[in-house]
Amino acid sequence: MTEQMNKPSRPQASRRAFLGGAAALGAGLAVRPALAAGDPLITEVQDWNRYLGDGVDARPYGVPSRFEADVVRRDVPWLTADTKSSVNFTPLHRLDGIITPNGLCFERHHGGIAEIAPADHRLMVHGLVERPLVFTLDDLKRFPRENRVYFLECAANSGMEWRGAQLNGCQFTHGMVHCVMYTGVRLRTLLEEAGLKTSGTWLLAEGADASAMTRSIPLDKALDDCLVAWGMNGEALRPEQGYPVRLVVPGWEGNMWVKWLRRLEVGDAPWEHREETSKYTDLLANGKARKFTWQMEVKSVITSPSPQAPIAHGRGRTVVSGLAWSGNGTIRRVDVSLDGGRNWQTARIDGPSLPKALHRFYHEFDWDGSELFLQSRAMDEKGFVQPTKEDLRAARGTNSIYHNNGIQTWYLKPDGALENVEVS
Amino acid sequence: MSKFPKASLLAACLLAMSAGSVHAEAASSPGPLKLGRIATEAEIAAWDHDIRPDGKGLPDGRGTVADGEALFTDNCAACHGDFGEGVGRWPVLAGGEGTLDRERPEKTIGSYWPYLSTVYDYVNRAMPFGNARSLGPDDVYALTAYLLYLNDIVTDEEFELSRENFADIRMPNVDNFVPDDREREKHYVADTEPCMKDCKPGPVAITMRARVLDVTPDGGGEEGPAAGNVD
Repeated sequence: MTEQMNKPSRPQASRRAFLGGAAALGAGLAVRPALAAGDPLITEVQDWNRYLGDGVDARPYGVPSRFEADVVRRDVPWLTADTKSSVNFTPLHRLDGIITPNGLCFERHHGGIAEIAPADHRLMVHGLVERPLVFTLDDLKRFPRENRVYFLECAANSGMEWRGAQLNGCQFTHGMVHCVMYTGVRLRTLLEEAGLKTSGTWLLAEGADASAMTRSIPLDKALDDCLVAWGMNGEALRPEQGYPVRLVVPGWEGNMWVKWLRRLEVGDAPWEHREETSKYTDLLANGKARKFTWQMEVKSVITSPSPQAPIAHGRGRTVVSGLAWSGNGTIRRVDVSLDGGRNWQTARIDGPSLPKALHRFYHEFDWDGSELFLQSRAMDEKGFVQPTKEDLRAARGTNSIYHNNGIQTWYLKPDGALENVEVS
Repeated sequence: MSKFPKASLLAACLLAMSAGSVHAEAASSPGPLKLGRIATEAEIAAWDHDIRPDGKGLPDGRGTVADGEALFTDNCAACHGDFGEGVGRWPVLAGGEGTLDRERPEKTIGSYWPYLSTVYDYVNRAMPFGNARSLGPDDVYALTAYLLYLNDIVTDEEFELSRENFADIRMPNVDNFVPDDREREKHYVADTEPCMKDCKPGPVAITMRARVLDVTPDGGGEEGPAAGNVD
């Protein structure tokens, strides 16, 4: 009883949302008065233990439990003019491990989701090649295949935080990142089938959607590790992720991973199109702007606890869980601070540590119920250390929008609620 | 009744077989794995519409500022405003000169875009929003001319833009783009083991709170600051 009484008051209003239904909530409240007789969830026979459930064909393509209905992508309405050219965010605070479920990979469209029958899709390779070629999806699947796990991060991820803490939830501050296993053919193999001319130095990738998205990619990168993928996590690409075919550009900003990929043109100069001039250039404090800032830098974030995932258990054993990643390769180390960056302890990375993929880290500790300032700091295999937001602002000002990989702070209050803050 | 579908089915089968064999013989790639087929010139022409800063890809055509104004009013002004000032959260296309080093920079075609070719290319590939590829080359030249006029880069309403004079147009901000030098920033160059103990003097204090703005969905109003717009 003493322990019960000492528990900090719980953030009931926000916790209610996570319990997913009146039945679960009612059951939760019934536990305490019934303790002497025993938990009725144990001592009484439950409906699911008595009556038959659905048969095997009730869910021919499975969906998550109805009690997980709040684990969904969300958008921020004030960010854009129209959802057809907008973004939503992966609910990082409710996920674990390093693989993102396909239905929760954040979406970014510039002309809505193109719905293309796979038999109607064509991929053309032309320009400075010996043989301009057209491939169908069936053609692509006859090339040697590769399976690779990569993170995909929008260059604007955390971009709303350049001027300071703004959004309460890592879904919104960091949710423009996901990580899946892609199945596809090396881009190099397709280009070799067409026969590269030696004068080719750049590649233009174009989508078949209503924005006909284009990006210029240096040929060195195209020949190094890029894929033309049709599979994610073992199934076909989701329509919102470029079905039937997308480009995979490991470690580089998500905008280059052209979805609904229909055309690859080899050229001898960059095209300087809209996405690489008016967008995805980083405006510095002096009015100059960096361009071709393709690579995503070393970064991490604590996903739980976080503002949308408060601590409900009160003081005691607590698991801090988070993600780290780098376009340079693998994550060598993640440190966690509980006091806003004064002192650090090295966290435990668990699961596969794959280059240019998400890494999962944990830090377990006994929370005494006092207020804490939680931070994580990643270091990658090239030795790059995640900078503070102050470091970034000192170097770039606050107008960059893109490539904000600064250290995030969550303020944990005695009642278990958390808030996005910045600290001295 | 039963004969007709059978006959048509047979014909369809024969047609499919002959089409298949023609396709396989005439079109298989001469590349190392013999996958895919050669693209025809008409197919390449249908998709190869990208424009580069050096003018590569520009089609024949021409259009004046005055033509562009009429087209803009009909096709673009609902989102971008009559003068490119933007409606709601739709992009602002004109103005913003001298704001790039300020607190609220306004990145427009005139103030920010380094090359005019980007305007032609983007209008041609993606505009009007929701009715892409509906404008002919003369229309796109005219709209591009009008956007130059809205940005005071040309001042004559009779100005006519064409493939011939396209390369003469120099955009005001072209010299203000620099290569990616992030790796040379102080915090990366330092290359030291990060501090683990007593890295800051005394307890930290909160310097900024998201709660002050409260623009999180479900947490506050729909309206938020313009900073950080991803589009």
